[in-house]
Amino acid sequence: MWAFIHKLGSPKWFFGISTKLQPWFWVAAGLLIATGTLWGLLFAPGDYQQGNSFRIIYVHVPAAFLAQSIFISMAVSGLVFMVWKIKVADMAAAAMAPLGAVMTFMALFSGAVWGVPTWGTVWIWDARLTAMLILFFLYMGIIALRGAFISRDSGSRAASVLAMVGVINIPIIKYSVDWWYTLHQPATFSLTSRPAMPAEMWLPLLIMVMGFYCFFIALTLMRTRHEILRREANKRWVQVLIEESR
Amino acid sequence: MAFASLSEFLAMGGHGLYVWSAWGVTGLLLLALIGHACFEQRQLRRTLKRRARLGKAQYKSALNEPTSLAAHAGQRDTCNDP
Repeated sequence: MWAFIHKLGSPKWFFGISTKLQPWFWVAAGLLIATGTLWGLLFAPGDYQQGNSFRIIYVHVPAAFLAQSIFISMAVSGLVFMVWKIKVADMAAAAMAPLGAVMTFMALFSGAVWGVPTWGTVWIWDARLTAMLILFFLYMGIIALRGAFISRDSGSRAASVLAMVGVINIPIIKYSVDWWYTLHQPATFSLTSRPAMPAEMWLPLLIMVMGFYCFFIALTLMRTRHEILRREANKRWVQVLIEESR
Repeated sequence: MAFASLSEFLAMGGHGLYVWSAWGVTGLLLLALIGHACFEQRQLRRTLKRRARLGKAQYKSALNEPTSLAAHAGQRDTCNDP
């Protein structure tokens, strides 16, 4: 069993398996996002209160979900790296951080734009928005911290610690709409109850969320592969790979 | 369909500016992410092939060519053999 886990952590093995898996996730991402986009923009009925501006939900919610999930993944990868010294985990964490930051920005931007017709403001210092802004700063901090050290290993360890510490922000974001009196509406999806909106509205949302997740996996696999090539460039298997791809 | 015509679709019931700027920025960023990853891949290929051609296989890992802040993060040292 330890042999299997050891194999999991091998950059060469990860490179091979991610090369095989990547195309599937790209295709899935493309199909899901295309379907969700067409359905959400063209076919979902307009909201009786917000009219058509509610369609922003189809980019805002997936981006927000991903922003949080990616941070959790980074924290888990950081833990795996620190505890079990598995370098691939750190490579994946390095690959994920910019993507997570972009997702957070997408959520903040689309939310701000949505706020104008809905709330009459681009911003308000309520719990969820503030916590998401803090998440964005955490991402930026992790990216900067990783690169701020002379030794790569030091940078990786510092970034891992910051990710693990910062992950406390995620349950704060998630439960902020329950704990505090906020402007931001409560969750659409929950594990236990039916969504408060009709199926023609939340089905495309679910599809978009799944599409974004597939996009995240595909892109992270791709970027992690690049990181592996960079770090393992002097290894024999990489050189063979390069020779064979002439 | 929720819209009777293309102009209605673009207008989004008066909320066109908001819907399209939110969707537009999101779409552009997603495309930029993909584009950057492809660019990174091409650049890596070129660099690794050049290295192989020049026969510099004795170099330590950590290629020093800067690509972007994100990709560059962690490329600091050249003495990082495990």
